[in-house]
Amino acid sequence: MDIKYGLSATFNSAKDLYDAAGKIRSEGYTNWECYTPIPVHGLDAQMGVGRSKVPLFTLAGGITGFFTGMLIVWYMNSFDYPLIVGGKPYFSPIYPFPVFYELTILFAAFGTLFGMFFLNGLPRHNHPVFEHPNFGRTGDDRYLVVIEVEDPKFDDEETKSFLKELGGKSLTMIREPVMN
Amino acid sequence: MVTRVGILETHIDMATLSETKEIDAQPEIMSKVKPAPWHDEPLVLNKRSFHWVTEKICGIVEGKTPIWWWWCFIIALFVASFTGMGLLYLVSTGVGVWGNNNPVNWGWAIVNFVFWIGIGHAGTLISAVLCLLKQKWRTSINRASEAMTVFAVLCAGIFPLFHVGRVWYAWWLFPLPNANAIWPQFRSPLEWDVFAVSTYATVSILFWYMGMIPDLAVLRDRATQTWRKVVYGIFSMGWRNANNHWRNFEMAYLLLAGLSTPLVLSVHTIVSFDFAVANLPGWHTTIFPPYFVAGAIFSGFGMVLTLLLPLRAVFGLHDLITQNHINNMCKITLATGSMVGYAYSMEFFIAWYGANSYEGFAFVNRAFGNYWWAYWIMVSCNVICPQLFWFRAIRENIPLVWIISIFVNIGMWFERFVIANTTLSRDFLPSSWGYYSPTIVDIFTFTGTFGFFSVLFLLFLRFLPLMPMAEVKSVMPQADPHGGKVH
Repeated sequence: MDIKYGLSATFNSAKDLYDAAGKIRSEGYTNWECYTPIPVHGLDAQMGVGRSKVPLFTLAGGITGFFTGMLIVWYMNSFDYPLIVGGKPYFSPIYPFPVFYELTILFAAFGTLFGMFFLNGLPRHNHPVFEHPNFGRTGDDRYLVVIEVEDPKFDDEETKSFLKELGGKSLTMIREPVMN
Repeated sequence: MVTRVGILETHIDMATLSETKEIDAQPEIMSKVKPAPWHDEPLVLNKRSFHWVTEKICGIVEGKTPIWWWWCFIIALFVASFTGMGLLYLVSTGVGVWGNNNPVNWGWAIVNFVFWIGIGHAGTLISAVLCLLKQKWRTSINRASEAMTVFAVLCAGIFPLFHVGRVWYAWWLFPLPNANAIWPQFRSPLEWDVFAVSTYATVSILFWYMGMIPDLAVLRDRATQTWRKVVYGIFSMGWRNANNHWRNFEMAYLLLAGLSTPLVLSVHTIVSFDFAVANLPGWHTTIFPPYFVAGAIFSGFGMVLTLLLPLRAVFGLHDLITQNHINNMCKITLATGSMVGYAYSMEFFIAWYGANSYEGFAFVNRAFGNYWWAYWIMVSCNVICPQLFWFRAIRENIPLVWIISIFVNIGMWFERFVIANTTLSRDFLPSSWGYYSPTIVDIFTFTGTFGFFSVLFLLFLRFLPLMPMAEVKSVMPQADPHGGKVH
C-alpha cells in the first residue's frame, strides 16, 4: 500500500529550473518545492517565498545571551558573594563587557543554528521525497521540481503535461509507502 | 540620467521577474572611454562539471584508505602520545616538572596557548570575514581551514587547563557553584579568556558543522555501506536540498558569518588583555589587541598554506585550489605580516616616545637582552620572510611558499615566546630577575600537540568532505540561473 506524494520533474541546469519555477508559480501552484544541489540565486523570488525568519531566532538568542551575561556577573560578584576588588563598585556594566559580549554571540549562534533547524523542520529522517529513485542526484548536479498531490491545482494529467511543457525530464510520481 | 535608470530597471527585472527584457545597460560613456576588459580568473579550472566536483570530494572520503594516510596516522598518533605522557607525568608528579617558576610563571604554557589559538583565527577569517566580503575564492579552502580552527583551539585548550596546576579543579574557571561558595572574579582578564575561548570553540564547531550538513547529506545519499548511511544520515539531520532548506541555511550561514567576525576579532583581543591589562613594561600597551589579531591571522594563514599545499598535491586538487587561491593566501600573509612588522616598530617608537624608562628598557632588552636570539628569529621569520611574497615568481613556486609558511609558523611561536618571557624575566627589580628555560617535559608536551592536531586533521580528511561541495559549485558558471548572462 502506498499513497501518492507528488509529481517530480528533473531539470539539468539552474537556468532551466529557474525559468520553470517562475512559470509554475504563475500557473498558480502553491504546494511545490525545488530540490537543488546549490542554493540557486534568485530562486526564492521566482518561487514567491519571502525572506527567511532565522534572524528572529538570532536576535532572541543574542538578547538572551546579553542578559544572561549581565545577570550572572551581577548575581555572582555583587549580590550572592560581593567581591571587593580595588575598592571599585560591586557591579558596573563596563568591566564584565567581554563576558556578556561573548555570551551574546554564543547564544545568538545557538539561536541561529537551532532556528535554522526549527524552520527547516529538521531533524527529519523520513520524507516522501527520499523515495524518488534518483533523489541522490539532487545533491550532485540535478534539479528537481516536485508538485505535491495536496496542491489544489494538482491534476494527474494536466500537471504532467504542464511539467513536460516546461522541459522537465523523467517525470516520476513519488509514492510514499505506508506500513499497515 | 536616463541610462542610469535603465541600469536599475534591468537589475530589478532580472532579479524578480521570470521574463528578462533585453535592455542595453551600457552607459554611453563606456563606448567613448573603451575600458580595458576585466578578466576574472575562473575559480574552478578546466571547466569542470558539478558531477566532477562531487566525485572528486566524495571520492576522497569514499575511496580506499591510502597507505600514506596510515603511515601519517601512525606517526601522528605516536607524536600525540608525547602530549599524553607529558601531561600524565605532570599530573602524577606535580607542576614542578615544567620549567616555569618565579619570576617567569607563564613560560611555554601560555606561549603554546596563544600560538594555537592564533592559528585558529585564519579559519574563521576565511569562513566568516571573507564570506561577508563576498570573496568567492574562499569556498574551496574554507572547510579545511575551519577544521584547522577547531582542532587548533582544542590543542590550545590543553595548556591553560593544565597550567592551573590541579587540573581536577579546572572547572572552577566556569561560573559553577562549588563547595567554597565563591564565584569567579569577573574583573580578571583570565576569566574573560575562559568565556572568549570557550565561545570561540563552540561557535567554530557550530559554524563548521552547519556548513557541512548539505555535504553530509550528499555522502548519505551516495553511501553504499549501512554504517555510512546511518552515521552520515544522523549528522545530516535529514537535509533534503529543498529550496526552503537552502533559504534558511543561507540566512543562517550569513548570520553565523556575521557573528563570527566580531567573535574572532574579540578572541585574540581578549587573549591580548591577559598581557595588556597587567602593569608590566612591554605588556601594558594599547597596541596589543590589533597587533595580536593581525598576528593571529598571519600565523593562521601560514598554517593554512602549510596544510593545504600538501593536500592539493596529494589529492590532485589543482583545479579547485588554483594558483590564484595560493596568490591570494600569500598576499594576505604578506599584508598581515607587514602589519605585524609595523606593530613591532610602533612598539619601539612608543617605548621611546613615551619616555618611560622601564618601558624603554623592556624593549631594548627584547632586542639585545637575554633573549635576543628569540627576538631576531621572530623578526626574520615574521617581518622579513613574508616580504618575499611581493614577487610573483616566489608566489608561484609552491615548495618555496610552503617553506615560507613553515617559517611564519615558527616566527609566530617565537613572537609569543618573546612577549611572554622577556618581560617576565626582567621586570622592575634586578633582584627578581631570572632566566627561563623549558624542561624536557615542556618540549614533549608541546611537540605532542602537533601530533594531536595531525591525528584530528587526518581523521577529518578521511571521514568528512574536505571542501564544501555546494559552495564550490555555487561559484561555478553553471550555478548562474541566467545562463551566464551578466546581471
